[in-house]
Amino acid sequence: MSVPAVAPPRTGRLARAAATIATVAVVLVLGYPLLWILASSLRAAGETATGLSLWPQEFTWSNYTAGWSGSNGVGFGRFFLNSTVVAVGAVVGNVVTCLLAAFAFARLRFPLRRFWYAVVIGTLLLPQHVLMVPQYMLFRELGWLNTPLPLIVPKLLATDSFFIFLIVQFLRSLPENYDEYARTDGASPLQLFRHVILPLSRPAITATAILTFIWTWNDFFPQLVYLPLVEDSTAPSGLHQYAIAGGLSAPGPMFAMSVLSLLPVLLFFVAFQRLLTTSTTTGRMAAHLPRPRGRR
Amino acid sequence: MPVTEQPAVRFWTKPLPLPHRRPRRSLLHREGVAGYLLLTPWLTGLAAITVLPVLYSLALSFTDYNVITGELDWIGLANYERMFTADPRYWRAVQVTVVFVAVSVPLKLIIAMAVAALLNGRRRGAGTLRALVYLPSLLGVSVALAITWRTMFDTGGAVNQVLGVFGVPDRSWATEPDTALFTLVLLAAWQFGGPMVIYLAAMGQIPADYAESARLDGASRWRILRSVTLPALSPVILLTVVMETIAAFQGFTAAFVFGDGGGGPGDATLTYTLYLYLRGFAGLEMGYASAMAWVFLVAVGALTGLIFWTSRWWVHYPGGRP
Repeated sequence: MSVPAVAPPRTGRLARAAATIATVAVVLVLGYPLLWILASSLRAAGETATGLSLWPQEFTWSNYTAGWSGSNGVGFGRFFLNSTVVAVGAVVGNVVTCLLAAFAFARLRFPLRRFWYAVVIGTLLLPQHVLMVPQYMLFRELGWLNTPLPLIVPKLLATDSFFIFLIVQFLRSLPENYDEYARTDGASPLQLFRHVILPLSRPAITATAILTFIWTWNDFFPQLVYLPLVEDSTAPSGLHQYAIAGGLSAPGPMFAMSVLSLLPVLLFFVAFQRLLTTSTTTGRMAAHLPRPRGRR
Repeated sequence: MPVTEQPAVRFWTKPLPLPHRRPRRSLLHREGVAGYLLLTPWLTGLAAITVLPVLYSLALSFTDYNVITGELDWIGLANYERMFTADPRYWRAVQVTVVFVAVSVPLKLIIAMAVAALLNGRRRGAGTLRALVYLPSLLGVSVALAITWRTMFDTGGAVNQVLGVFGVPDRSWATEPDTALFTLVLLAAWQFGGPMVIYLAAMGQIPADYAESARLDGASRWRILRSVTLPALSPVILLTVVMETIAAFQGFTAAFVFGDGGGGPGDATLTYTLYLYLRGFAGLEMGYASAMAWVFLVAVGALTGLIFWTSRWWVHYPGGRP
């Protein structure tokens, strides 16, 4: 963190107490539902599942084993495998193609560059649901329904313009004279990318990979449309079908599977929370707007 | 900063070409060629996955198209006519969506700003708090959290037990027509961590001497907030307002889970995109759904344009407009 915006004012004891109470309230409101799912997933079947308590009277793992077998003969192991295939494919696609496009936008000069970058920003603002019907018909024509291809191939074509934007912001923060040196030494643009930019881009690549994984893992609408069969379902849509098929009457296993479906997101978040909540991603978002002069 | 981690000399070690020999320049040495080569995947995707489908859906919106039989009838503006004049459920979806966006976006951003102000300048536990606040914005869009939220607001659930202390009668907030949308709004507001982290990062970049000199001039804390902090944050506020508005218009997952996939109870949670899904993918009326999508595109585009247009009066760029 740099210098705090407003230098900590010399506040009185009362104001400080109020701030502490407010902070505790925020923590409670945000943390309670998360702890509550966890508690509900460990409660024995006899206990009221919807209660206020965060401490089960009796701890049991049986909800996890009961829920894992899934519904309609398809277990959650299958759902997780499907989710992993989709998420890993999306990560590879986004990282490779968005990085290449972002490098071109940030470090190369070519005709119509500004125009195409304006198009990137335009597609960033385009509501994705507008495209669902025609894309569905396109992928149906290609025979890709009930396969993960409609969820992966668009990422291989860099359609997630948010990440182009994110990486461009990052690359613009790297010193220009690195490129100058490389060019003076006769490096081609591709060599410049391979030997100079790529090794320096690790934070942006990691942020892209993590966010793509988390967002794809949680995605529900496209999965619902393109993978409607139970055996093709990803973890969220499998969970939804499980809830409809009787989970609401047996909440313990449903919450156990909810916890498991959130677990990969949680693990990635814990491992990379510093990267996600500090400068690389959010700071760049803020930084693309003009900053006060004299500060970099 | 990542830059300093790399030794400055390691990055390029190819020897300089000898002076008497001109370096051989392949086609790939030309930035124009390389640039377009690197953009090939993106340009392909832009054409095949974005631009052509958008145009195709415009054409489709003037037809009655049956996906199963492949029958396609050109019916002109009939889809639009039916949507605007003969489909009360359509207007219900518009109403639900407008209320959802108009309440949830300001609520979320105001909470985000307040909490950012609360955490700004805090040293002890700052990283942990920031992480905890950010986490719901990652988890909250999931099916698991929508199910949890619904259960917590159900009869006998945690929310009712707390409210019961204050004498509020037990009710099923998430599944009664009057309150279901309100519960959705609260779930959206609960995910204020995304904009909060952006505000916090931007607050860290306001030079401390701005506020210091205002204080020396005798400005109150409220005055400093209104005349120094908020104007300095206004470009970031614009960014979050635009992004959150577009995202809120597309709210789907929670509405789908709350209404059992049908927009219930009494269409109280029938958001626009949910209705589009029901028409297009459950009812297989692709032409009608395309017309809905195009009205949506134009409406969201117009609103985004309007927000950018008003920004000239409330967004302040340091050193004048760019």
